[in-house]
Amino acid sequence: MVKQAISIPGTSRQTKGKANAKTAGAQKVLLGGILPLALIIVWEALSRAGVFPSYQLPAPSVILSAITGMAQDGSLWSHAGITVYRVFAGFLIGALVAVVLGSVVGFYKKAEHVLDPTIQAFRSIPSLAWVPLFILWMGIGEPSKVTMIAVGVFFPVYLNTVSGIAGVDRKLIEVGRMYGLNAYQLVTRVILPAALPSFLTGLRSGLGLGWMFVVAAELMGASQGLGYLLVVGQNTLSPETIIASIILFAVIGKLSDWILKIIEERALHYQDRAVNS
Amino acid sequence: MTLELKNVGRTFDGQTAVRNVSLSAGEGEIIGLLGTSGCGKSTLLRAISGLDGDYDGEIRLNGELVDGVQESAGFIFQEPRLFPWLTVLENVTFGLSGKTGDKEAKGREILRKVGLGDSENLYPKELSGGMAQRVAIARALVTSPEVLLLDEPFSALDAFTKMQLQDLLLDIWKEAGTTMVLVTHDIDEALYLCDRIVILRGRPGEIVSEINVGEPRPRPRGSTRLAELKTDILESLDLSRSR
Repeated sequence: MVKQAISIPGTSRQTKGKANAKTAGAQKVLLGGILPLALIIVWEALSRAGVFPSYQLPAPSVILSAITGMAQDGSLWSHAGITVYRVFAGFLIGALVAVVLGSVVGFYKKAEHVLDPTIQAFRSIPSLAWVPLFILWMGIGEPSKVTMIAVGVFFPVYLNTVSGIAGVDRKLIEVGRMYGLNAYQLVTRVILPAALPSFLTGLRSGLGLGWMFVVAAELMGASQGLGYLLVVGQNTLSPETIIASIILFAVIGKLSDWILKIIEERALHYQDRAVNS
Repeated sequence: MTLELKNVGRTFDGQTAVRNVSLSAGEGEIIGLLGTSGCGKSTLLRAISGLDGDYDGEIRLNGELVDGVQESAGFIFQEPRLFPWLTVLENVTFGLSGKTGDKEAKGREILRKVGLGDSENLYPKELSGGMAQRVAIARALVTSPEVLLLDEPFSALDAFTKMQLQDLLLDIWKEAGTTMVLVTHDIDEALYLCDRIVILRGRPGEIVSEINVGEPRPRPRGSTRLAELKTDILESLDLSRSR
């Protein structure tokens, strides 16, 4: 498995390596798909045989028809749309603030001494504890939810930005200095590119937390969104709605992470990694 | 380009690393700084480069006091120190300013000179150790430095690559007449490349002797004259007594 995923550097072997990677990739998908497929078949069979009571665990086909039903009457798109919007807005705000603060703290020792202890103190508060306060301050509309998500996204992005900048190889900075680069050029031409891998890692874990927090925010009080569907499903005793919502969270969350992963791979194609993660 | 050091020393937090070093290098001379590890030879080189401004004494390049990185100086480090996110050509042209087209033409020319004419689009991860160090040499040369400072540039390479790159360095020297200061702990390398070898010893390091090689280049690597000089150097390094 690992052996097939090793990328082969060198131009002459590149084409062959690509073809190999493609078949290896298809094989991987096939292998990974066996277990879930088998589970679904068994689950469907057991549900039809009446082993699972349908008011607790409906059959996969029932869940699928619940999803297609929502897709047809349009409610699926509005629920998914508003959730994606919240995550996206929160992610953007949280990441932006984190980049600014993280850069300042990463570059200036003084700023680190002033800001970092406070930020670390806030980090030790379980972020969900903010929910009631945000609702009290901002009501149950969009601002409180987006803020909630932004707080969740902020910390991983901030931490990775700071450590990325602080961890830039001193030897590379020296090369820059040897060529007479000024402070601004050192930042843009050496430090930022060198900190990019760590920053992108932060973005990906930040996005993951964003999805976690949107569920919390929508559970607490919303009239729309996939998290709201969870509550509806619970209150109307329809497990298929809950499971449909869970599946949609999984699919959309995975999709958004996949987009970031592609961006990451494009941006970091120069990295010397033995295994493509 | 002439280089002059007068009573140069460097102290780190009360600990003297090297002291009382006076030496000079004339136009186009290759000077070797040879010594056991910890005698402050790399410290001296960093002071000459301007990367480390907190030295004592006087360092003059072409008569001007060194107080910061000099545009006329190039530095080749022990490791290639290439930027992993840049291609070979982008790494080489990193220190150049001006129009992209001009920069690239200059970079390609120098890459051909170091024997990497067809590798300009590779990334550092795709290079062998010897190739990477060639790129580093090209990067240092592309700004046409008048003095080239080399900090054990070949010490991490295998014996054959090392010899190839030493000859490459001499080719460059023949063509450009660059003044060079070479820090090394490899006696054979110093004897093969340098006009004069300054030997440092002790902690703090001090100059113990200076050896004029004075042999015409290219020097046969196994010659008896070089072997005699090697014996002299080993004697003045006095390895049995040094700590």
